[in-house]
Amino acid sequence: MSELSVNHLLGIKYLKKEDIDLIFKTADHFKEVINRPIKKVPSLRDITIANLFFENSTRTRLSFELAEKRLSADVINFSAASSSVKKGETLIDTVNNILAMKVDMVVMRHPNPGAGIFLSKHVDASIINAGDGTHEHPTQALLDSYSIREKLGEVKGKKVLIVGDIKHSRVALSNIFALKLQGAEVKVCGPKTLIPKYIESLGVTVETNLIKALEWCDVANMLRVQNERMEISYFPTTREYTQQFGLNKEILDSLNKQIVVMHPGPINRGVEITSDVADSKQAIILDQVQNGVAIRMAVIYLLASKINR
Amino acid sequence: MSQKMLLNSKEINIILRRLACQLVENHPNFENTVIIGIQPRGVFLADRILQLLEEEYGIKNIESGQLDITFYRDDFRRSTKPLEANKTKIDFIVEDKQVIFIDDVLYTGRSIRSALTAIQSFGRPKEIELLTLIDRRFSRHLPIQPDYNGRQ
Repeated sequence: MSELSVNHLLGIKYLKKEDIDLIFKTADHFKEVINRPIKKVPSLRDITIANLFFENSTRTRLSFELAEKRLSADVINFSAASSSVKKGETLIDTVNNILAMKVDMVVMRHPNPGAGIFLSKHVDASIINAGDGTHEHPTQALLDSYSIREKLGEVKGKKVLIVGDIKHSRVALSNIFALKLQGAEVKVCGPKTLIPKYIESLGVTVETNLIKALEWCDVANMLRVQNERMEISYFPTTREYTQQFGLNKEILDSLNKQIVVMHPGPINRGVEITSDVADSKQAIILDQVQNGVAIRMAVIYLLASKINR
Repeated sequence: MSQKMLLNSKEINIILRRLACQLVENHPNFENTVIIGIQPRGVFLADRILQLLEEEYGIKNIESGQLDITFYRDDFRRSTKPLEANKTKIDFIVEDKQVIFIDDVLYTGRSIRSALTAIQSFGRPKEIELLTLIDRRFSRHLPIQPDYNGRQ
């Protein structure tokens, strides 16, 4: 297969296994490109991409922008804080106004789940979901799987543990879809209040004891506690969360095997993982960031090749 | 589509020996020369040439690489079937080097045009030459000619 089965990247849910394989294969080539002395290819000279960020972001936004520029696309940036959205413009109006300026592709982050899917039905452009509320964050899940593949050879059959705020995490949901699709085993771990009730229906197992869960896994993906999405208290104090679900060097060293530690960022050092774990050799957090650019280049390139001229 | 055999293996061997010989004539020592095979099929040809240079003339350790031009092509989103990339492997900088491109067939010249752009990502070469096995010279779209030519 040399073409994606979808015209938008709205979520991992809509992808096939072959799509992921193709994205990874293409990302391998782009990873070579971004390590060259001149890290740029002219493929997307005639493509204009709008980055619409209705929610805060550093890594994802920079990563997308860099990926677009490395492919020679023209880029326009938009953040909700300094725009007419504050004056009451609707999402479709905002996007259609931007598309009227001849934009081919939209990368969007939005606080509402399903915003990307909604938009794809109403506007004529290729949409990439860069995170929609607590729903999906497909490029993050792709780069996480890509990093596991790079570190451990393949994703299939690996035991991956996702720790933390599963309920509010789009990274967790996209990762579960992506990992299951590639044949990995997935376990989630966190306070009972932060694990959705029917999570087992996605084919994952639940463990509330961090040590037991860590003993089981090959890879641990430590998520951030998303205080900004919690209207009520889900656990007594941050200190208590850290005591039960924080990963520190003593725990890591006490395990009977070397596990790979991942984190999607931003890290709250001392909460979900301690500094010495984040900076240890077992952590591949910065590899994840580097792979993010290659993965996003691959996704943009493959979607752009499907845009009709 | 009708198929016609243009060259048999014996003829190819004779041509390759001649091409290798011509390369040695113009590059007495390959110290500052690098050989780049254009993906996909130029790579095989480049490997054969390198092998011949070693066997016939004892010239070893010539710097060589493989260049993929997919991301530099001018028909992105124009061709009906999607373009599939191959591996690029150039572990050196071509700054001030004499570069020899090797490809199997020179047809419209567009691949070589792309390769000329692509190689710039690895520095500014002193000179670039082109070696092709087959030159279909009446179908060129661009003003590009081979320096070493197998068969027209």
